[in-house]
Amino acid sequence: MSMPFYVSPEQVMKDKADYARKGIARGRAVVVVAFAGGIVFASENSSRALHKISEIYDRVAFAAVGKYNEFENLRVAGVRYADLRGYSYDRSDVTARGLANAYAQTLGTIFTTESKPYEVELVVAEVGPDPAADQIYRLTYDGSVADEHGFVAMGGSAEQITAKLAERWSAGLSLEEALALAVEALGSDAAAEAAGRGPRTIDPEQLEVAVLDRTRTRRLFRRLPPPVLVSLLAPTADATADSTTAEAAAPDAG
Amino acid sequence: MSQQRGSDPSGRLPAAFHVPGSSSFTDFVRDHAPEVLPGSRPLPAGAVPAHGGPFTGGPGGGQPPHATTIVAIVCEAGVVMAGDRRATAGNMIAQRDIEKVFPADDHSCVGIAGTAGLALEMVRLFQVELEHFEKLEGALMSFEGKANRLSTMIRGNLGLALQGLAVVPVFAGYDLEAGRGRIVSYDVTGGRYEEVDHHSVGSGSVFARGALKKLFRPGMSAAAAVRVAVEALWDAADDDSATGGPDLLRGIWPVVTVVTAQGYQRVTDAEVAAVVDAVVANRRGNPGGRPQESTEGASGA
Repeated sequence: MSMPFYVSPEQVMKDKADYARKGIARGRAVVVVAFAGGIVFASENSSRALHKISEIYDRVAFAAVGKYNEFENLRVAGVRYADLRGYSYDRSDVTARGLANAYAQTLGTIFTTESKPYEVELVVAEVGPDPAADQIYRLTYDGSVADEHGFVAMGGSAEQITAKLAERWSAGLSLEEALALAVEALGSDAAAEAAGRGPRTIDPEQLEVAVLDRTRTRRLFRRLPPPVLVSLLAPTADATADSTTAEAAAPDAG
Repeated sequence: MSQQRGSDPSGRLPAAFHVPGSSSFTDFVRDHAPEVLPGSRPLPAGAVPAHGGPFTGGPGGGQPPHATTIVAIVCEAGVVMAGDRRATAGNMIAQRDIEKVFPADDHSCVGIAGTAGLALEMVRLFQVELEHFEKLEGALMSFEGKANRLSTMIRGNLGLALQGLAVVPVFAGYDLEAGRGRIVSYDVTGGRYEEVDHHSVGSGSVFARGALKKLFRPGMSAAAAVRVAVEALWDAADDDSATGGPDLLRGIWPVVTVVTAQGYQRVTDAEVAAVVDAVVANRRGNPGGRPQESTEGASGA
């Protein structure tokens, strides 16, 4: 009769954490950047259908990196949580904090009780009536929650990208500035660092970008399709005029 | 509490939240928390009495308020829907400023006639249903899909309808695939019928329909359709006591909405007030609202 090997709980947790971290670091990064008018989410993602960034509710959005089937499952659960809560109570009773707690418990339970942890990292963000009331929660594979201020980068090359954001981010950016910073940060990954030629340029066709726009009413989440990105990223003197046309051109579909 | 149903003691999201497949909010809630859905509460047998009865308090001997006339008109850019502001309970006015036309999503709207409480709940569920689908699928539901979802909800209310608490909405919107405005009407059994040009529901609909038949012109502009909608509601209010006309003293105007390819838009009170003023000016000494041109023609003859 064979006895199972003894493995210490520390070792089990460490192995699971290493496994999850490796999975997460393989994918492309997502950055979340707060600006004066709301919060912008950006990712390098050539797919027009498989989103990493998504609407949850009126003021709440979701961004994720890692295994698609796992974070898509969490996204669907989040939309159901928000819609059920909003329907049984009121639309104003759906908050990012409540959702972040539910995700934290879910991820924490999966991490400790199941043999394979979720290889995902999430951001749940909510815009308030003013920038001081904005909330950005970052959730990791083991269910830990961090309340972030201003910006978050997660996924592959997160360290390099975070360093770039920390160096350049300041409160009160315009949408154009925040978007330019987000795209530059996404291009400042480990590969670009190794090449030593500064940030890669990323084609707008390869970007998935969405904003939670404080100035809208009710549902604040809007995707910014490539044509709008081109005009927003274009270095023009008349940036305000550009942003107006961009808003008008943004389609309504989520 | 519905949120606690079937929840894991660890506090993680219940298993039902993670089941893949369904994009329907109603289907999800029916499995997970059926008590929050309309139609899942058992009711005693019997009809709601016409006057008085087991209900207590409120005007009209405690009868539940009824919402009345809604008109919908296809115009060049899409569709116009308008509703009066009166809710009645028996012979009493239950509310002067109820709103009966709502956005269903960005490209459609729904107007309600019948038992106000049930209809408002149905609209709220319908709105969540469409938004839920849009978020989960990442695409807008087709116009046909929306019309069918509403049909299913009305059918779910059939038992109550037979007890005297009917809900009869009218659904209209801009069909992005067909590139035109469309109107769908319903009966209490959930039967859905596509309407050409225009439609009206509610107690004053007979009179409104007469006005619509005379005033509707194919391919009319949205502004002209708004005027026709206000005229039709005026005619309904003129002959139906349950339909409220524009309240000039209190400044309560009909709810008028326009849905085009650009989306749902409610016509502002100031704009509706201007249209109402024009209608009033035309009808002074001319209560039937004959257009001025033909009046001049008749006097010249």
